[in-house]
Amino acid sequence: MIQLVDIHKSFGKQKVLDGLNLTVEEGKTTVIIGRSGGGKSVLLKHIIGLIRPDRGQVLVDGEDITLLNDKDLNEVRKKFGMLFQEAALFDSMNVAENVAFPLREHTKMSNEEIMDIVRNRLNAVGLSDVEEKMPSELSGGMRKRVGLARALAMQPQIILFDEPTTGLDPVMTEAINQLIIETQRAFNLTCVVISHDIQSVFEIGHRVAMLYEGRIIEYGTPEEVRASRNPVMVQFLAGSIEGPIQIL
Amino acid sequence: MNGPTATVERIGRIVLENVEELGRILLLFLSALSWMVRPPLKLHHILKQMEFVGVKSIFVVVLTGTFTGMVMALQGYHGFRMFAAESLVGSTVALGMTRELGPVLTSLMVTARAGSAMAAELGTMRVTEQIDALAVMAVNPVKHLIVPRLIAGVLMVPLLTVVSDFMGILGGYFVGVHILNINSGAFMKNIFKYVTLGDIYNGLAKAACFGLLMSLIGCYKGFNTRGGAEGVGRATTEAVVLASISILVSDYILTAIMF
Repeated sequence: MIQLVDIHKSFGKQKVLDGLNLTVEEGKTTVIIGRSGGGKSVLLKHIIGLIRPDRGQVLVDGEDITLLNDKDLNEVRKKFGMLFQEAALFDSMNVAENVAFPLREHTKMSNEEIMDIVRNRLNAVGLSDVEEKMPSELSGGMRKRVGLARALAMQPQIILFDEPTTGLDPVMTEAINQLIIETQRAFNLTCVVISHDIQSVFEIGHRVAMLYEGRIIEYGTPEEVRASRNPVMVQFLAGSIEGPIQIL
Repeated sequence: MNGPTATVERIGRIVLENVEELGRILLLFLSALSWMVRPPLKLHHILKQMEFVGVKSIFVVVLTGTFTGMVMALQGYHGFRMFAAESLVGSTVALGMTRELGPVLTSLMVTARAGSAMAAELGTMRVTEQIDALAVMAVNPVKHLIVPRLIAGVLMVPLLTVVSDFMGILGGYFVGVHILNINSGAFMKNIFKYVTLGDIYNGLAKAACFGLLMSLIGCYKGFNTRGGAEGVGRATTEAVVLASISILVSDYILTAIMF
């Protein structure tokens, strides 16, 4: 279980997170929604220790990761996988080497064992015969699939998704959503997904959290969030320009 | 605010920014040092960088060294001829190359070739979140990316300097003996008479320092890139300019200490 307790974070004079509290339930998909530039990615990077808060605790299985040194933090990170917005594949390596990378770094498996896992993970994300291709030869959707295969390589308990469907066409968006749902079920994962694609949010989320002005202002099941009367939530879901959310 | 105050404030801000940056470069260096002594060191990463910094720079270093030696012989000949001391051309070329021009020109050429590429590659990795991806996969980016580049810089620039020194003297010999008709024996004898092993070693020690500066600054600028393609371009330019200036300034300081 992941708990964020009273997280404060500023960059210069800009306050991004302002006393944020959030609990991510184990074995469920929690989707964090909020306006662009509202601190969603910053929140995600706090969960995995890429950014340390100015104040507050990030508890992963009860352990406050903000207090850990690099070595202990790396041990905690082995529980995680992350799919970045543009997949962040290493462009100096082919697809197979990208997926194999964490295994080569952290295990003493033989090359055959590693390649078996690579093929298995690529199959799990619906890809085959792409092992030898370079990331630059892949489409956006394929890159995200390879990124997910790499995130799954070490059999993590938690996967973080940073806007997994941004920049994809509707068909590919649906394919990635289905993939997230299937992967979450198949590997019994705890997933944290950042998105502002409303349709995807309600499709994949067991829990939905709305981030606004540095705090979670609404949290619940998709049905509860959809029924919310909070004016910010209503405006956001309706995609209306009239309401409390200021357009900058 | 009046003019003089604003000017002083601006100068102060620039000084503070530069001191801060120097501190950050030093912290990165210390962090790299601490990761360098922690096993495991992946040899293939280091060899790959050594090939990139060293082997792939040989052609440009050979060319630079040869022509520098040739032009030094040509210039030196016209000067020494006034005193009928043409036979000193050899030792002048050899001393100039081993003490000064070999290390400095080699490291400047490697900065242009490999230091810029380090900044561009790491900068691109930063803006496309590949460095964050490494950290997320529990791989320390400093150990994985910076340590091999620093080791390659410190080891390969002195080795390239050896090549440059040799080619410079060879170029000088060709121009001096075969074109300007200086006696071959006198040319070589003066080299052995005036150039000591200490000159060569000190030159190589300087080259190692320059190699460290080149790779450290290239890595620092790349590692701290912000702002997309434009940021990568800016980081690359800044890396080459800052590394070149650092090499020239530190050359004076090191020369003052060593010779």
